[in-house]
Amino acid sequence: MELLVASAIGTMTAGGVYLLLRLRTFPVILGLALLSYAVNVFLFSSGRLAIDMSPILSKYGEASYTDPLPQALVLTAIVISFGMTAVLVMISLGAFLESDTDSIDIDQADTDEDAAK
Amino acid sequence: MSHWIILPVVLPAMLAPIIGFMMRHDIVLARVTSTVGAVLLLAISFVLVSMAMDGTTHIYRLGDWPAPFGIVLVLDRLSALMVLLTSVLALMVLLHAMATGWDDRGKHFHALFQFQLMGICGAFLTGDIFNLFVFFEILLIASYGLMIHSGGRERMRAGLQYVVMNLAGSTLFLFALGTLYASTGTLNIADLAAKIPLIPADEAGLVRVAAMLLMIVFAVKAALFPVQFWLPATYSNAPAPVAALFAIMTKVGAYAILRVHTVVFGPGVAGTEGMIDAWLFPAAIVTIALGAFGVLGAKRLMPLISFSVIGSMGTLLIAVAVFSPVATTAALYYMVHSTFAAACLFLIADLVVSRRSGDSLTPTFATVQNGLFAAIFFAAAIAMAGMPPLSGFLGKLLVLDALRGPDVIVWAWTAILVGSLLTIVGFARAGSALFWKSTAIPAPTSDMSAAIPNNNATVLQVAPVMLTLAVLVALSVFAGPVAAYLEQTSNQLFDRSGYISAVLAPVAEG
Repeated sequence: MELLVASAIGTMTAGGVYLLLRLRTFPVILGLALLSYAVNVFLFSSGRLAIDMSPILSKYGEASYTDPLPQALVLTAIVISFGMTAVLVMISLGAFLESDTDSIDIDQADTDEDAAK
Repeated sequence: MSHWIILPVVLPAMLAPIIGFMMRHDIVLARVTSTVGAVLLLAISFVLVSMAMDGTTHIYRLGDWPAPFGIVLVLDRLSALMVLLTSVLALMVLLHAMATGWDDRGKHFHALFQFQLMGICGAFLTGDIFNLFVFFEILLIASYGLMIHSGGRERMRAGLQYVVMNLAGSTLFLFALGTLYASTGTLNIADLAAKIPLIPADEAGLVRVAAMLLMIVFAVKAALFPVQFWLPATYSNAPAPVAALFAIMTKVGAYAILRVHTVVFGPGVAGTEGMIDAWLFPAAIVTIALGAFGVLGAKRLMPLISFSVIGSMGTLLIAVAVFSPVATTAALYYMVHSTFAAACLFLIADLVVSRRSGDSLTPTFATVQNGLFAAIFFAAAIAMAGMPPLSGFLGKLLVLDALRGPDVIVWAWTAILVGSLLTIVGFARAGSALFWKSTAIPAPTSDMSAAIPNNNATVLQVAPVMLTLAVLVALSVFAGPVAAYLEQTSNQLFDRSGYISAVLAPVAEG
């Protein structure tokens, strides 16, 4: 299972970085989403991987439980990355509507044109 | 346990939704509420400074859970100083934004402004590194809104770059936190500081990775080479008052490096000994060079000021990189100075640029009140470049004095002195193009200049700029007492065991 989780994180990160470097808004948004999935799984596994254990310390049974803190951290990270993705989609939509291009790079011609205005 | 400590977070957090939901159509009401909020924040931060003045480390336990289990806010001299710095700057920026009408050119300026203050104050006060991440996100999401305030083609595109850059940075931050938690089992700064020195050097590989990842994340915020490239486009395209407020944002990164890499991975920790400064020092040197060349080569005024901010961050971080109390005192003085110098430059640039056709550094006919603007720009420029009599000179002198170690002196002194010279040349060139050569060009006929506002700046519009200059003057006049406070601050920062025992102290019953 360690291999599965580790390779999943690695693949998602690699894909995310590749998409991030595409310099078009839509791939970049997808890339950041992939990266946030990767980091969420990574955070989740930072409390060690345990199967069939509850994150609650049982008062009566065996004292085996999985670390609850990474789960709380992941929950926070998911909420934040979800909100951030929504903001990013809105801002890139705004930038696209303003400038008629979905390129993230601002090239020299753009700045010259803007300075000439 | 004093409830004053949480007020800088709670007050803006309460005001922002009230302004956003109930006063969205009434700019006057929003302005009044926002100003009252900023003044109250200033008063609170004075109380916090007076609380921290006696040298105790105050703890605020959220939910009254003891430290490694619950989240704590920590108030020491450094956090109190940073909150005070934020609130003074915020009030000036707010006054400028209201006087020039920037806040009315888009929606929700005041709500976003309050959220921004909440995030910044929270980041300075928190004693938990995951909480630091959360407050970073709060200040960033507010800054995204402020950055694209009032819209426009170029600003939206620069804003998009800024957002993508910071989202990637946030992802790195989370990776660092995961690594840190996996290797230590805690995210409380004091608890980390207690546990990491116990890890032997040959088993500290993961901790080193986490320390470097955190370093990169904070370097992105502090605009350190090689991750400084987002700053010129962002600051020069942001609304000018927002750029002035962002002067504190780069300092959030510097503060985080100071706090985390001094207390947690500080000097004497076997696992990370010598690794941080080995990277931070050369990076800071290159940052100074980049800033200086950028100032020299800028074709427009706003990028010129942005590059001077990069140069000042290099000077600040070169002193941080030594990780000694003396150098940290110098870094803190320079941090306070460069915040107000950058803010002053952005505010005066706004007054000038709004009366010209664009901010390109080519002589056109003189604006109204050319002499007044020129005088203020001159004063702000010599402060930023580090010439006497203003506090930039003292700040750079303190930094130079602190960097006299035989292994750092050649690089550090060369970079700072040559960088200052290039900055002076760059500012002189900009000033002469903007204010001096322009007097030789006759004003055009009325139909040509109709599009450019030629109204005089009102007293209210000039007052915030004057206030930032007054702070710089006060910083140099009262340099002795300020430096004494900062010296105690950095001594307290380097007293790691004091910090650990204060935060992890058992809760008194009752």
